[in-house]
Amino acid sequence: MQTKNEDYNVRQSNLYIILYAVALTIVCGGILAFASQSLKPLQDANVELERKRNILATVMELKDDDDINAIYKAKVKESVLDFEGNTKEGINAVDVDLVKEYKKLPADRLLPVYEFRNEADPSKIDNVVLPTYGFGLWKDISGFLALRSDLNTIQGISLQHLGETPGLGARIVDEEIQNRYKGKSIFDGDVLKSVEMQKGEGNDYSNEQHKVDGMSGATLTAKGVNNMLMDYLSCYKNYLKKNQQNLSLNTNL
Amino acid sequence: MSTAVAEVVEKKSEPLFSKKNRKLISNPLDIDNPITVQVLGVCSALAVTTQMEAAVVMTIALTIVTASSNVIISLLRNTIPSRIRIIVQLAIVSLWVILVDQLLKAYSYDLWKQLSVYVGLIITNCIVMGRLEAFAMGNKPGPSLLDGLGNGLGYGLILLIVGFFRELLGGGSIFGFKVFEAMNIHYTGNGLMLLPAGACVIVGVVIWVQRSINGHRETH
Repeated sequence: MQTKNEDYNVRQSNLYIILYAVALTIVCGGILAFASQSLKPLQDANVELERKRNILATVMELKDDDDINAIYKAKVKESVLDFEGNTKEGINAVDVDLVKEYKKLPADRLLPVYEFRNEADPSKIDNVVLPTYGFGLWKDISGFLALRSDLNTIQGISLQHLGETPGLGARIVDEEIQNRYKGKSIFDGDVLKSVEMQKGEGNDYSNEQHKVDGMSGATLTAKGVNNMLMDYLSCYKNYLKKNQQNLSLNTNL
Repeated sequence: MSTAVAEVVEKKSEPLFSKKNRKLISNPLDIDNPITVQVLGVCSALAVTTQMEAAVVMTIALTIVTASSNVIISLLRNTIPSRIRIIVQLAIVSLWVILVDQLLKAYSYDLWKQLSVYVGLIITNCIVMGRLEAFAMGNKPGPSLLDGLGNGLGYGLILLIVGFFRELLGGGSIFGFKVFEAMNIHYTGNGLMLLPAGACVIVGVVIWVQRSINGHRETH
C-alpha cells in the first residue's frame, strides 16, 4: 500500500504526466468524434431545412407548422448560372459552396438561383431568389434577395450573420430591418444601383428607391451588407438583364 | 499548489443539502458573487448583456457547463498531476462546451443559431476555470455540483440586472417588448448603454449598491 506522500510523488513523475495527458486526449477526442459523427445527419438536415426556410421566407409568409420541404419542392426551381447568365448543367444548387465561390473572382463564380415559376404559365417567373455572401464587421454575413417578376423590385430579403454584435449589427436578422428593403429597386433605368443602407437611424427614405434607413451604432455592418448586395447583384446582372429583355418581348407580343 | 488554495469544505461525510452545503448555492448570489465580489467573468458579462434574452441563455449554458465540469474535475481530483492541472481543466471545460454546442445544433437548431457565439465564449469564461481551481480540485463531487450551480446562478443574476438596464435604456425594450412605445412615451435609445462601456458603468453601480447593503469590504 502506498502512503499519501508516495501517491503524490507518483503523480509528479514525468511518465505519469505524459500517460495522463495521452489518456485524457484519447478519451476527450473519442467522445467528441463520436458526438460529431452521430449527430451529423441531424445537424445537416437542420442546416438544409434552414436554407429552404430562408429562401421561402423572402417570398412568402411562413407559419411555424408549414411543411417546408413540401412547399419548397412544389414551388422552387433550382439552377446554377455562370457569370454570363447561362445555365450550367450537371451541378445542383445545393452543392454550390457559397463560401468557396465568394473567394473566387466574380466572373469565375458559380451562381445558384431559385426561381418561383408561375403556376398557370411555367415559362413566367413570379419571383427569383438570389443568394448573396459577404463580410460584415466581425465575420461572414449572407443573405437571400428575392425580386419580383420585373426582376427589379425587391420582394423581400433575409439576412444571416455569424458573429455581428448582438443589439447592434446582429439586428440585420430582425424582420423590422429586413422589411425596410421591401419595394425598393435595384436598377435605375439600365444602371445597376443596388440598395444602400444609410448611416444613422430614424430617417425617412420612402421616396428614395435605392436607399434604406440605417442601424444606429452598426454602420460598419451596414457597409458590409451594402458591399455584399452590390458585389452579388453585379454577378447576377447579366442573368437579370437577359430575363428582363425576355419579359419585355413577352409583354410586347 | 491547487489543494493548498482550495477552500476545503467538508472533512466528514455530511448530507448533500446540509446547512453548510446550502450556503454553496446562496453565497454566490450575494456575498461571494462571481462577478461583483470574485470579479470573474466580467468580460463576458459586458458582451452578452445588450439583450435580456441573450443573458438568460448565457446563464443557462454557463450554469450547465460549470456544474458538470466541477463534478468531473472533482471526481478526477486525486489523479490529476498538479503540473498539468490547468490543461486538464481546460480540456474538460472544452469538452462540455463543444458537447453542449453540438447537441443544441442537432436537437434545437433555432436556439443554437442564437447561442452558438455565446456558448463558444464559455470556454474563456474565468468563472468556470476559477471554480475548478478554487473549489472542485479540493472538494467532493456533491458540494462541487452545488458550487457550480450556485456560481452559475450568481453570474446569471448580475447578467439579468445589467441586461435589464442596458436593454431598457439602450433600446427601450425588455425581452424585445417595446416598453416605452406601449406606454406611448417617445424614447430615443441611449447608444452608450449598448456599448461595453455602458455595461461597465452598470456593473459598477451594481457593485456599489450591493456593497452598501451587505457591507462587504475588500481585505488586504
